[in-house]
Amino acid sequence: MNLQEYKDILHNGVWKQNTGVVQLLGMCPLLAVSSTVVNGMSLGLATAVVMALSGAAIAPIRNYVPNEIRIPVFILIIAVLVTVVQYLMNAYMYGLYVVLGIFIPLIVTNCIVLARVEAFASKNTMLPSALDGFAMGLGLTAVLGVLGAMRELLGKGTLFSGIDLALGDMAKDWVLHILPNYKGFLLAILPPGAFIGLGCLIAGKNYLNLRKERSTLGGNAGVTPIDAGCSPATH
Amino acid sequence: MKRIARSTLQTAINLVFFSVIGTAILASTFFLTHDAIVKSEEDEKFNLITQIVPHASFDNDIIQDTLRIPADPLLGTEEATIAYRARLQGEPAAVVLESIAPDGYSGKINLILAVRANGELAGVRVVAHKETPGLGDYIDLPKSPWITGFDGKSREVYKDPDWKVKKDGGKFDYMAGATITPRAVIKAVNKALIYFGENRDKLFAPNEPKKEKKK
Repeated sequence: MNLQEYKDILHNGVWKQNTGVVQLLGMCPLLAVSSTVVNGMSLGLATAVVMALSGAAIAPIRNYVPNEIRIPVFILIIAVLVTVVQYLMNAYMYGLYVVLGIFIPLIVTNCIVLARVEAFASKNTMLPSALDGFAMGLGLTAVLGVLGAMRELLGKGTLFSGIDLALGDMAKDWVLHILPNYKGFLLAILPPGAFIGLGCLIAGKNYLNLRKERSTLGGNAGVTPIDAGCSPATH
Repeated sequence: MKRIARSTLQTAINLVFFSVIGTAILASTFFLTHDAIVKSEEDEKFNLITQIVPHASFDNDIIQDTLRIPADPLLGTEEATIAYRARLQGEPAAVVLESIAPDGYSGKINLILAVRANGELAGVRVVAHKETPGLGDYIDLPKSPWITGFDGKSREVYKDPDWKVKKDGGKFDYMAGATITPRAVIKAVNKALIYFGENRDKLFAPNEPKKEKKK
């Protein structure tokens, strides 16, 4: 693999095939934890770590796993990795662990993890697989962060609230009160806010794609159709 | 037939192999992080406790000085909970109890409350709740100081009719638009104080015999 291919993987994961706004996979955490920037990005990063690790773990053994039992084996490996991440967060980032709670173990059921392992890691070598998982996770993190920022700003008038849970007490003053004395806008905090916000993000992404398409005259970079078939467990 | 049996066996062995490796990784991670997890959970508990029982008012190892309390309707608990006892030079200072208000606007509200040895409330905190954000969640300290209104109250001074929101003829504040939530909390705190009154001596009994453990 040369450098260009790695760049393509990164570009694919973060932008072109973004899990949040293009593939629309892994909506469960997106809706639930994107109420603030810190929550959204923390879970996004935890997912990215799990995806990178699972890519790295599965690529080297892909030729030893019989085809018929590959899904149970993949899920087993992903579940082990998620549980390891959960233990580590419980031990060293307790505050964040309490906030994210049930959504950490639920990373296992996030179909994007299995989807990338199945689509990429089971056909490629270790390094590209790890990068692919991480890039996809990073794309998800970006969407969760932007969506979290929108909801937090509209809903509470702040940004980065709860950052001390992720980075320790020294970060306590980093919370930005953008709108002082803001009364709050409940809709943005509740789950409908996540749907509406996500809709806006998808629209924005499509608009950017269309504009690029027009400017490259006759270019064929239209909006990728959404492949919505996914693990039933998540949705 | 033999071939099928062999390939099935192969698949099974394969799956078992991965399970064993997975279990080994999990077990070692658990082993490595266990102490840190226990420590951070205790720190968290200690932080919560010292919020309502000032650190200066006790000198014992409060996390270790515990008492198992069987489920009790007055506490609203459905399973046994742990009470933490604060002592100053061996004398009872305060006890930290868990209580559940079953009738919040959207389900249970979990509280911890600290009662001083004389029956006065040292403080109350909401540990978990599902009340409407922005409306009923003012019972949570980060949102509003409402919950500190319990500090120093006791059943000596406030009789039963006083343990209600002002709207119902009691002595406690509330915010218009969300009265169900404070009603539930006030009721639960009052009941927990009744429990404390009935079980005061048992609650402060020294740690050795744990007779009611079986119950």
